[in-house]
Parts: sequence; C-alpha cells; structure tokens
Amino acid sequence: MDNALKQYLDLYDANAGIVAAASGEPMNSLRAEARKVLGGATLPTRHTEGYEKTSVEEMFAPDYGVNITRVGIPVDVAASFRCDVPNLSTLLGTVINDKFVPSAALDGRLPEGVTFMSLARASREMPEIVSAHYGKTAPASDPCVALNTLLVQDGVFIHVARGVRPEKALQLVNIFQAPVALAAFRRILVVVEEDAELKLLVCDHTQDGGHPYLASQVIEVSVASGARLEMCAIEESSPATTRHSQLFVSQQEGSEAVINNTTLTCGTSRNDFCVDLYGPAASCRLTGMAVGGGRMHIDNSTSVTHHSPRCKSDQLFKYVLDEDSQGAFEGCITVKPSAPFTEAFQTNRNILASDFARMHCKPWLVINNDEVKCSHGASTGQLDDDALFYMRSRGIPATEARTMLMQAFMVDVIDTVGIPGLREKLRHLVDRRFSGTIGDCATCRNHE
Amino acid sequence: MSDILLEVRNLHATVEGKEILKGLDLTVREGEVHAIMGPNGSGKSTMSGVLAGNPAYTVTEGTARLHGVDLLGLAPEDRSHEGLFLSFQYPVEIPGVSMVNFMRAAVNAKRKYFGEEPISASEFLKLMRQKREVVELDNKLASRSVNEGFSGGEKKRNEIFQMAMLEPRLSILDETDSGLDIDALRIVAGGVNKLKTSKNATIVITHYQRLLDYIKPDYVHILYKGRIVMTGGPELALELEEKGYDWIKEQNKD
Repeated sequence: MDNALKQYLDLYDANAGIVAAASGEPMNSLRAEARKVLGGATLPTRHTEGYEKTSVEEMFAPDYGVNITRVGIPVDVAASFRCDVPNLSTLLGTVINDKFVPSAALDGRLPEGVTFMSLARASREMPEIVSAHYGKTAPASDPCVALNTLLVQDGVFIHVARGVRPEKALQLVNIFQAPVALAAFRRILVVVEEDAELKLLVCDHTQDGGHPYLASQVIEVSVASGARLEMCAIEESSPATTRHSQLFVSQQEGSEAVINNTTLTCGTSRNDFCVDLYGPAASCRLTGMAVGGGRMHIDNSTSVTHHSPRCKSDQLFKYVLDEDSQGAFEGCITVKPSAPFTEAFQTNRNILASDFARMHCKPWLVINNDEVKCSHGASTGQLDDDALFYMRSRGIPATEARTMLMQAFMVDVIDTVGIPGLREKLRHLVDRRFSGTIGDCATCRNHE
Repeated sequence: MSDILLEVRNLHATVEGKEILKGLDLTVREGEVHAIMGPNGSGKSTMSGVLAGNPAYTVTEGTARLHGVDLLGLAPEDRSHEGLFLSFQYPVEIPGVSMVNFMRAAVNAKRKYFGEEPISASEFLKLMRQKREVVELDNKLASRSVNEGFSGGEKKRNEIFQMAMLEPRLSILDETDSGLDIDALRIVAGGVNKLKTSKNATIVITHYQRLLDYIKPDYVHILYKGRIVMTGGPELALELEEKGYDWIKEQNKD
C-alpha cells in the first residue's frame, strides 16, 4: 500500500548505515524496534481518533528531502533570532534544521551540573545516561514517535544534575533554513534530576519561507522528584512550514512543571502535549496560545494523566483566529483509580476575529476515582462589542481597539510564564503579532 | 447669546426595528447644563447611544450637529475627537487592558487626529495624576484593568476621570448617579462641576432630582415616547419629584 510512510521507510531501508553513522548506541539501538512498529503502520489521518482536524499522513506525504548525509547548510543564526526575543539573558544553543550547532556563547558558560549539547554527541560520549532516558517517555508504539526514532540523527540533550538550580534559562533556537525543501527529524531529551530546576525557552523559526519545510519533533522530558521545570516554546515559522511536535513529560513525586506553547506564525502546526503525573503531589500547569491569521492551521492536543494521589493539573489554552485560519483543541484529563484527591482543570477559550476563521474544540475527562475535583470549560466567541464601542467612544480607533482586546485576551496565558524577563518579551511579541509587525526581520534589524 | 454646541433636529432612531426616538429636538449652547428626565423606556439612553454612535442603533431621520460638524456621519472615535463624551450608565469592564494603556491610547488617538505628536511618558503620567485628583480616584484603580472589579461608585468616578482626561466640549452623563451613595455622588458631581467652563456643556440624564442639587441645570427637559415633551428651568425637576410622571403621561396620551 502506498502511503506517506513508504518514502521514509524506503529511504531508511536503503540508507540505514548512513542514518546510524553519526549517533551512538542509545539512539541506534531503538531503530530496529521502530522499523518493526512502522512495518504495518500508517500515520494518523482525519479518520484516526484524536486527529480529526489534522492529518499527519497529509503533513508527511509531500516529497521533502531528508539531509541524511549531513550536508552543512550555512545559517546566519544571529540574524534570525536577535530580533525576536531581544535582550533576554539566556544560555543559547541552536539547532539548524536537525543539527545541533554549539555556539561560542555556550562554551565554558554552562553552570556546573548542567549539560546542554548535541544529542548525537551525548549518545556517543555518555551512553549510559542517555539510554536511561531516551525512548523511555515517548511511547514506541506511536507511529509518529517511531518514525522520529527511526530517522532522527541529532537533536538536543539537556541534563540538570541533582539539586542544581541554575538561575539562567537555557534557550534553544530551532531554525529552518535550506535552499531546498527539507524534512527535519529532531529529538530533544530533557532530564531534570531530583530537586533540580530547569528553565527552558524553545524558539522555532523559519528563516527563509521560500521552501516547504517539515519538522518532526519529539521532546521527551523527565522531571524527577522535587524537581521543577519551566518551559516555554514559541513557534514563529512561515506559511510553508509544517510541524508535528510531540511533547512527553513524566513527573515524579512533588515535582512541578509549568509549560507554555505559543504559536505566533506557522503553516500547519500540530502539537501534542502528553503529561503523566506518576508521583504523588506533582503539579503541572500547561498553557497554550495561538494567534491565527492567513491560512494558518493550529491544532493542539493535550492529554494529562493523573496516576498518583494529590496531584494537580491546570490547562489553559486560548486562540485568537483571524482571516482564514483554522484552530483545533482537543484536551483530555484522565484520572486513574490510583489517583485520589486529584485536582485537575482545563479551560479553552477562543475568539474568532473573522467570518472565515474556524475553531474546533473537544474537551474531555476520563475520571476513574471519586475523590477528585475536576472541571473543564470551552467557549468560542467573538470580540466583545460593548467593550469595542466603549473604547471607540473614548477615541480609540476600531482597528486599534480590536488589537488591544485581542492582546488583552491573551494576558492570563502570558502571565503563567515565569522565566525572568520572558513574560515581558512574550507580551511584546504577541503585541507585535497582533499589530502585524512580526515576522519581518528586515524591519527588525533596522531597529538595531 | 453664546454659540450653539449641539443642535439635534427631528432625530428618529430604531433599535432592532423598533422606533425609540421619534423626532427629538435639542439645542445646547456653550456653558450650559441641560438635564433630561423622563420615565423608564422613554428613550433617554437611546438618545445618548445614538449621539455617541453606538452601532446598535440606526438613525432613520434627522440631524445632529456638534459645533457645526455633522455628528451622525462620523465614526464613534471621531465623535470623541470632535469633543463628544458619553459617561456610560453601565461602564464596560475590559479585563487585560490596563487603565494606563487605555487612556494613553485614547489621548494619543486624539492627538493624532489633530496632527500632534504622541504624548511623552512623563507628561502622560503627570496628566493622569492631575486628573485623578478631580474625582479622588485611587492610584491603585488607575493601574488595574479598565473597570475590572471596580465597585459601582468607582466605575462612575472612573467615567468622570476619563472625561477629565479627554477634555470634551460636550459631555453626556447617562444616569451617572445610579448606584452611587451620597458621598460618591458628591465626589462625582464635584468632579463634573470642576470641569465646567464657559466653552463646554453638559447633558445630565437622570431619574432623580437629587443629582440636580449638586449639578445645577440651566434647563430641564422631559423626554417621553422618544420626544422632548416639556422644557423648563430647575423648578421643573422639583415639580416632577413631587408629582411623578403620571401627569406628563396623561398630557401626552396617544
């Protein structure tokens, strides 16, 4: 049967040796299993439950190139990125397409106990620790994960040793830039050991929107007992960029995770967030916002599972969709019988700013314990006419008033971001996105 | 006689197909205070909404000119720039928009309309501080979201604060006294009086004579069934307080 997977499987079968050449045993040892999973599999389509609004099959169907021979592609890193999250003091690493590029700024500046490096290199140089976590959080049976595991050649490895709590945030910038169409398979492995803390900012950029790009991204995060993770991911790519990002988080006792995903510009973006609260008294705040315009398609899907007693989770996703953009949100809370005294909440609020934008939402709960406090709510509406008139009656022009109301709608999501300085930057980015001045790097560099 | 500020002639307006204003006439000159009273449903709020440009209302006939400018042809924001201010009966809460950003946007939009540069940050804060004092508005309120979590009295004070910031030529106070206790009423009315000059004017829409003890009207109009049916001096308000509206209704039976 011909499907989107076939071209990738054929590519792998013909080049298995080349694909494996640069990575170490922990990455390579899982490829055979992944190949087996994919043997009889298909990628999810609109007929697959949970993917009703976004077909991964269609995302992966075009004939993108895969840079399996690791041809170097020169990129002006500073240009892409300086303009977007300016003046934020972070320790910066960059992934260009699917290759980690160590920056000079990183060398010798990482605090003791913090590892931030190429995943391929880590898998060669420290196989024990990588294999202890690689492929452990993301389910091997998921065909999208399996495809990533099969073809991934590099990515990022972040490790924060026990008790280490670096003040500065790590920042990872994923940049697409290639003179041809390209598919990139990236893997990000994040390990926060006991009582450690990590602040991580991930920015996805596309530097040259001229060619179609496809990103397959699997992020595995392990948050040990008493550890804390603060993660914010911002996508600011191009209309020709298609991304399937899957985040898997496992949390142990008393751990805390605050995760935000912001989509400012994209082509098609499907983001899966899968959080498992394994240890008791763990907490997770998962938030997202999406600003849709043009023909953007943004689909966020969450699954938060409570396995142990006294865990808390709180999800908040907001969308403002303008022009012909499409949004989808599917949010799930599962409470296992083993998880009494769960507190789990989910909210999804959306604004349709044009007659043509569409939003689909599907919130659901699966509760298998009686001792729980759970709620979910979803609403989709339009900008408040009364507020709009009130502002105009004070002299604020209609367009500006609309922009201010859209920005205001996102404030509570932005306020969940705790990385020092980032909240203000994020507000600034969202403001610029709404006022239509984002994504124009040329203008931006003139400001410098 | 001083110059005419507002001239409304034969104004008809509908909401959802129902005619509410049925030939309203009103002339307001510089330096004057006009009170508009009338029973519930007579069209008082519709009149203020129509003049301010609320898109919920449709004007079917008539004219309204503000210092000679055709008001009905302007967008709500331009009516504001031309000097019209409406103090809302129910000020709208706008979560997420700070009072500071809201006011700065309003002030700068007006400056832009008149071809002026945006106000500097320090100048703006100074202006905010000065104008806050007019209605004794707490600094904390000014740093919060617009009207969010404000008490009824705070919302009305905030309306008058905005009026002070925007320095309108004509202010329409739509039931500014509703929901106010005596102290708040005194502060709000005091604010309005402080802002009075010989070049601006005020239309006070109210149910009760009480407010008119604080804001002294030059004229009192009775609005009934979408038209001004009677005009008098301050004594008319006292008469209404005493006799109610029944005699007005009786006189204006269909």
